[in-house]
Amino acid sequence: MREYFARDHARHPPALTQDYKSTVLRSPKHAPLTLGQTISEITGPHFGQGDIGELDNDLIRNFAKDGDPIGERIILHGRVCDEGRRPVPDALIEIWQANAGGRYRHQNDGYLAPLDPNFGGCGRTMTDDAGYYRFQTIKPGAYPWPNWEPSWRPAHVHVSVFGHSFSQRLVTQLYFEGDPLIERCPIANSIPDLRTLQQLVAPLDMDTAQPSDCLAYRFDIVLRGRFSTPFENRLEGS
Amino acid sequence: MMAQEDKILQETPSQTVGPYVHTGLAPWAIGLDVFKTDIGAEIVGPKSKGRRITVSGRIIDGADDLVRDALIEVWQANANGIYRHVEDPKFGELEKDFRGWGRAWTNFETGKWSFQTVKPGPIKDRDGVMHAPHLNIWIVARGINIGLSTRIYFVDETDANAKDPVLNMILPEQRRQTLLAKYRDEKLKTNDYVVDIALQGDHETVFLNT
Repeated sequence: MREYFARDHARHPPALTQDYKSTVLRSPKHAPLTLGQTISEITGPHFGQGDIGELDNDLIRNFAKDGDPIGERIILHGRVCDEGRRPVPDALIEIWQANAGGRYRHQNDGYLAPLDPNFGGCGRTMTDDAGYYRFQTIKPGAYPWPNWEPSWRPAHVHVSVFGHSFSQRLVTQLYFEGDPLIERCPIANSIPDLRTLQQLVAPLDMDTAQPSDCLAYRFDIVLRGRFSTPFENRLEGS
Repeated sequence: MMAQEDKILQETPSQTVGPYVHTGLAPWAIGLDVFKTDIGAEIVGPKSKGRRITVSGRIIDGADDLVRDALIEVWQANANGIYRHVEDPKFGELEKDFRGWGRAWTNFETGKWSFQTVKPGPIKDRDGVMHAPHLNIWIVARGINIGLSTRIYFVDETDANAKDPVLNMILPEQRRQTLLAKYRDEKLKTNDYVVDIALQGDHETVFLNT
């Protein structure tokens, strides 16, 4: 029995992408076993406002000790829909990122750029009834990383999404419009085609930018779609 | 019924979580104090019924090295085989403090991950087919481009495992062993299960395309 549209693996990065060195020993060689979706896959954790604190979606303030973090103030926002263009309300979105200098608050990050005492680098929120979400943060910096040869990551924000089932679970990365490092990045280019990669590039959104305060970038997220069921028809009349 | 052709938008493509996944998804693992609640730190509460178990193991790469920067999520039913989800017909019978979802990470030194939970019961699918007790597992890490899904079954469920529709799809048969959590102590059979997850190699774990 299939409840969700089959995942189109041609749009996702394959397990092994030779240019990204870490995949070489961490990619399964066997093809995954395709399941019909059982109740274990069409269910998944549900989160509520009780899980979320007031400042959780404000990375400018949620770790601030004695002032604001250094960097370019931005709004990141967008809508979560499924492949049938239905909004996904109550989706948990978690993000994490480097600070403006390109350094993560993480014990394994030894990059020479300093930590920012006022920046933690993580946030979370739930989508509203229309599937809409919003974060306030600072724009992360690019940083170097060891690949086959020393490489640079474009500025990016990691984005984790829970929809309404474990089948819809998704983690991705958001890039910023106009960044010349995107086309040079083996991780961004693990996605097989350039048009699909464009889905991860957030355009500047001047309509949402706040005068004298911050710029904004728009990032819409699409989760796997679902076949309508008689049950759902009764419930929503769709 | 909506046909697959009614797909208007395309799913957002996946990207690796990279090496610093804890900063975002398990900040308490690195002592990062930003949020008031740690989402995923506990799978079950003190009032959840059932046999209390620990499930632990390691994640191994294709060179038999330990993966020390992975994050794992578990999604499971309660001791009576019920999921905390509105589409489970017995949803209303759940204990209040049973969430059935949580996170663990591989230790930065030992590479070991571990969950404390209750053993799930057998699960009745919507078509009436029974699934043996299992944990649904999702693994992400640096070098994993799209989250890997698998299941963990239990060695002491011999009869239920023999009838499980997912285990029975796996060929050659010996690969079914890769999903089986065994007793840490085969003689004492305490509540301590172990299973290693191999991303690659001779004992590669069976992963699922859900």
